[in-house]
Amino acid sequence: MSILIDKKTKVIVQGITGSEGRFHTSKMLEYGTNIVAGVTPGKGGQNVEGIPVFNTVMEAVKEKGADASAIFVPPAFAADAIIEAAEASIPLIVCFTEGIPTLDMVQVRYYLDQKGTKLIGPNTPGIISPGKSKIGLMAGYIHKEGEIGVISRSGTLTYEVVDQLTHLGLGQSTCIGIGGDPIIGLNFVDILDLFNKDPDTKGVILIGEIGGQAEEEAAKFIKDSFNKPVVAFIAGQTAPPGRRMGHAGAIIAGGSGTATHKMEALSNAGAKVVKSPANIGMAMFELMKNKG
Amino acid sequence: MKIHEYQAKSLLKEFNIPLPKGELAESPEDAKTIAKKLAKPVVLKAQIHAGGRGKAGGILMAENPDDAYQKASSLIGKRLITPQSSPEGKLVRKLLVEEQLKIKKEFYLSFVIDRAKRRLIAMVSKFGGMEIEEIAKTDPKAILKEEIDPLIGLKRFQAIRIALGLGVRYSEAAKLSGIILALYKAFYKWDCSLIEINPLVLTEDKGWVALDLKINFDDNGLFRHPEIKELRDIYEENPLEVEATKYNLNYIKLDGDVGCMVNGAGLAMATMDLILHSGGKPANFLDVGGGATAEMVEKGFEVLLSDKDVKVIFINIFGGILRCDTLAKGVVEATKKHTVPYPVVIRMEGTNVEEGRKILKDSGLNFIVAKSMAEGAKKAVEAIS
Repeated sequence: MSILIDKKTKVIVQGITGSEGRFHTSKMLEYGTNIVAGVTPGKGGQNVEGIPVFNTVMEAVKEKGADASAIFVPPAFAADAIIEAAEASIPLIVCFTEGIPTLDMVQVRYYLDQKGTKLIGPNTPGIISPGKSKIGLMAGYIHKEGEIGVISRSGTLTYEVVDQLTHLGLGQSTCIGIGGDPIIGLNFVDILDLFNKDPDTKGVILIGEIGGQAEEEAAKFIKDSFNKPVVAFIAGQTAPPGRRMGHAGAIIAGGSGTATHKMEALSNAGAKVVKSPANIGMAMFELMKNKG
Repeated sequence: MKIHEYQAKSLLKEFNIPLPKGELAESPEDAKTIAKKLAKPVVLKAQIHAGGRGKAGGILMAENPDDAYQKASSLIGKRLITPQSSPEGKLVRKLLVEEQLKIKKEFYLSFVIDRAKRRLIAMVSKFGGMEIEEIAKTDPKAILKEEIDPLIGLKRFQAIRIALGLGVRYSEAAKLSGIILALYKAFYKWDCSLIEINPLVLTEDKGWVALDLKINFDDNGLFRHPEIKELRDIYEENPLEVEATKYNLNYIKLDGDVGCMVNGAGLAMATMDLILHSGGKPANFLDVGGGATAEMVEKGFEVLLSDKDVKVIFINIFGGILRCDTLAKGVVEATKKHTVPYPVVIRMEGTNVEEGRKILKDSGLNFIVAKSMAEGAKKAVEAIS
């Protein structure tokens, strides 16, 4: 099994006629993703890779039905696109756009919470359930179907970890990039909860980074309610303080936000915290071996 | 993006925020003229992008125009080393010359986005002039916060509520609420990421005054504020960082000697961590982006080459959208154009890795190829030890 998406998930692509949207539509189709429609205002009636294009999300949903939307829309219009998908009652949205203004996302997230819509991203590599479906930018071939869940705030670092896992013979149930922006949709805790309930996910790798307190919240959840082995890595142990975290932003985190603090929290919660990014896959391999 | 105090104050004029009278001085003569015009004791404030300048000697009082001339001469051209600046300090080029005020009490006021609550919040404290992080540690209850509903916005009663929390009279709280509401509008108008007045002072004769003001902007919002983009002061940034931003490269200069070039911010940070665990020190953070072109790779390589501290280069790329053959071409091109006086370690994996390795091999250039990121970091550190 997998979480959030599988072979049957019907996907629409917003911004399908742009170069990014077009390229990744073809890659996703190649992987087996069930893309049913595309949306670009003003381009209704066209075809991209044999996929019909509509002017509005509502129209696409009415004609084809949709369980998820993949958004490749420039930053200035991305907030609008997310809200349009949510308004059409699409339950899962994956937004790849990098550079959406934070204040736009404050409003978007508020609206999605009212609607009960799940958002992955923005600024995410997306989601893949290997062998089933991907709504993502990741190369399909590095993945292998299996039992390890991967959650990450990063893109290429996730590929690195997946590559380590696959080389060790450990497949993945679902891999998700939650996105690198300050305000995102699903966070570590939401996804841990889904992995907890997925009988076919046997262990989870969590890849965090400095800033914010999502890793501390994840640690609390792992301690209180998570019952599968977790391997964690925090990127940015050597990053200089103050360069990425805003001045007064640090105060709200109440002294957290540093790699050390996050690693301690996760370790205290029972996660296996690895210091070197080269050892993430191996740490999970050993946990799985001991578990039998 | 950061701007100077004088720029922030000038921006907020249209919102009727009460400010000290003053002007910008670029020379001791300017300072003298401004002090003469103000006709009272003045304060000279160094305009640099680093907090903690007061303790570093960047804020000086002057009693009269001649004194202002003297003090300005001592400040302009000086390097200020503050807790937030780099070790070599920040060069002072400009001063804000302002009237001295009769201060009754100092307070703190800011607007910031609370990531955990996913809201804009307003914060006040009766302890002005102190670092807010300090107050959060020593007396967190002294910080009052109002969360702002994204749909209904900041309401007047909320502004009055936190103003009253400062323990001032109702008439003063009511006046302050007007300032708070205006700052909220300014925050939205320019897609700010921080507006901070510290200290906000209550004066004996002029009511509330924003004595010091700091505004940071959300880089993601800059595309809709070209007028704000123009306020960028490239003299405040590392020249290599300025060069890198021209090519959309995400570069931060650090103090080690292992230059690294990576695609993706997470992998770039992880690579820095790995260099440290291998006994080395990264010279920089350089993320060429998940979808870098051959040209961006070449420019990134050139930025590393122009950093005098670099003794070895470690390139760690996980090809996805950026294919390994594209990367290899970029590196080979850059190496052919410049003399590279030190070893270059390359680790690449992912899309078209075989083609990429062949390009490196066929180039006849002397690259050290690593099969994993751990091996790459180790080889890079060994190459200089």
